[in-house]
Amino acid sequence: METITLSGQLFQYLITGITVGSVYAMVAVGFNIIYNVTEIINFAQGEFVMLGGLIMVFFHVVMGLPLIMAFPATVILVTLVGMLLDRLAIRPIRQPSVLTLIIATIAASILIKGAAMFIWGKDPYDLPAFSGRNPITVFGAVIQPQYLWVIGFLIVIVIVLSIFFDRTIIGKAMSACADNPNAASLVGINVNQMILLSFALSAAIGAVAGITVTPISLMEYDRGAMLAVKGFGAAILGGLGSFPGAILGGLIMGTIESFGAGLISSGYKDAFALIVLLIVLFFRPSGILGSIEISKIKRF
Amino acid sequence: MSRIGKIPIAFFALFIVAFPWVAHEIPSIENYTDIMIFAGIYCLITMGLSLLMGYAGQISIGHAAFYGIGAYSSAILTVQYGLNPWPCIIIGMILSAVVAVLIGAPSLKLRGHYLAMATLAFGIIVYIIFNEEAAWTGGPDGMTGIPGLSLFGFEFDSVEKYYYLVWIFVFAVFIFTVNLIQSDTGRALRAIHVSEPAAGAMGVDISRFKILVFVYSAVLASLAGSLYAHYLNFINPSTFDLFFSIKLLIMIALGGMHSIWGAIIGAGIITFLSYEWLHYFEEYEVIVYGAILLLVTIFLPKGLVGVPGIVKGWFRE
Repeated sequence: METITLSGQLFQYLITGITVGSVYAMVAVGFNIIYNVTEIINFAQGEFVMLGGLIMVFFHVVMGLPLIMAFPATVILVTLVGMLLDRLAIRPIRQPSVLTLIIATIAASILIKGAAMFIWGKDPYDLPAFSGRNPITVFGAVIQPQYLWVIGFLIVIVIVLSIFFDRTIIGKAMSACADNPNAASLVGINVNQMILLSFALSAAIGAVAGITVTPISLMEYDRGAMLAVKGFGAAILGGLGSFPGAILGGLIMGTIESFGAGLISSGYKDAFALIVLLIVLFFRPSGILGSIEISKIKRF
Repeated sequence: MSRIGKIPIAFFALFIVAFPWVAHEIPSIENYTDIMIFAGIYCLITMGLSLLMGYAGQISIGHAAFYGIGAYSSAILTVQYGLNPWPCIIIGMILSAVVAVLIGAPSLKLRGHYLAMATLAFGIIVYIIFNEEAAWTGGPDGMTGIPGLSLFGFEFDSVEKYYYLVWIFVFAVFIFTVNLIQSDTGRALRAIHVSEPAAGAMGVDISRFKILVFVYSAVLASLAGSLYAHYLNFINPSTFDLFFSIKLLIMIALGGMHSIWGAIIGAGIITFLSYEWLHYFEEYEVIVYGAILLLVTIFLPKGLVGVPGIVKGWFRE
């Protein structure tokens, strides 16, 4: 047993914070994808993460599918839930205003949460770590291999998304919807399909977040709301709609939370991130990387 | 809802006055008077909140916090400092007003729905404080021994007496709110609701009115919280969680967010659902609430209050 040094301890908080922050960043990216296309804040975003974790437990632990099969199966299933959310809760609304759309996502989130409680009960579930649980010690900090998986998947998502939005026609069409839906439909882009795609994409990202974080923090039916709030806080912190902002916001949020819980008070762990959210809302509502000009034309 | 008819108000008053007598005579609904106390307490919150949603077009997902601030102000000041309950209720309301200005002013000056997010975060923070500051709040176990209410030696010590006390408050707030809607303030609020830019162009100070409504709704929620604490004589943090804030949203969406009657009907129905009719579902009642909220949003955008209009529409065709 090594002695725990202060610097090692701080490094530990940093690593934990970046890991948790990567999850918040993934949730924030999911928020941004839907927000950019629809201007809706999808309060059910955290439920995708929860479903990702619990469905993965079902495929991998209960059914015994190997990781390499259970992972894509889970992502596909959660993606379908995301598409159903658009088709069943968002699309049918006849007089869509931002207010009613937000309320619809709140309704969907408690429905999904209730369904998850019905299926899985209230117990938290564990998932085997992807590559074992033998920790690596670096600079006096204990790093679980799973931490690296979480951070690695964030990097993969960032790379894939930037290729998608910059290099593919569909991605560019989605960005066009984000800039101006009317103009986009004039040049022949099917806006409804882009909205569906945005829900699918952000559900898939949520699922990845849920699958990778469950071996670290377990997963239970009611985790969605808090994940959504913190992911949203990360999105606001970075600048709503900005992808680099979402990553930066998530990592800052996670780090603040980790240091706050470690150095100040663990009981207030969940409060630190939210206090940061409030401070940002009050003093710089456009976020770190967001632009005030864009926030003026958006309805949210 | 520019005019509120006198006849519906009279019927409503008669219903409220007669309710305990009728309920007392019918054994199967004997406990409904007790539930109606909670319905009244929730009505106090939803009347303010429906002004915020229906007129200012803003949602709050943190009103459980103001409800809690009222309840805990009453509980802490009476139990730990031995104060008379009435000033505690007032202190809670003032505290809620101050906090509402601090939360509301920055977020309501911005366009869009930042208030939703600010109140969501604020609600969760307050909930954590209720749990963590055990020296003041008793932590997750809550506080017991909160005194009941009395006025000039008259004790509100039975269900019936407390029922009338709560509903007198509801009525006073109802009349005040109706007058508010029909005053210059109400006209300004309606103008804001129809078109913010147009209202602004006519010289209506939009953010000021929004803040005003938000503070009004927070003060009412605080009053409701105090009445809750003094009735049950016991509170714990779980009453004031995020789900309660969402339940308030459901009440207003179900009743109809553009009408004060909607606020009352929605509060009544959801109260009876949660205290009486949904026992069968136990904890899965959350699915029922989600379904109600989703179905109402899709099929009844004006809530139950809009149903007569829809039915009339059918006959006209």
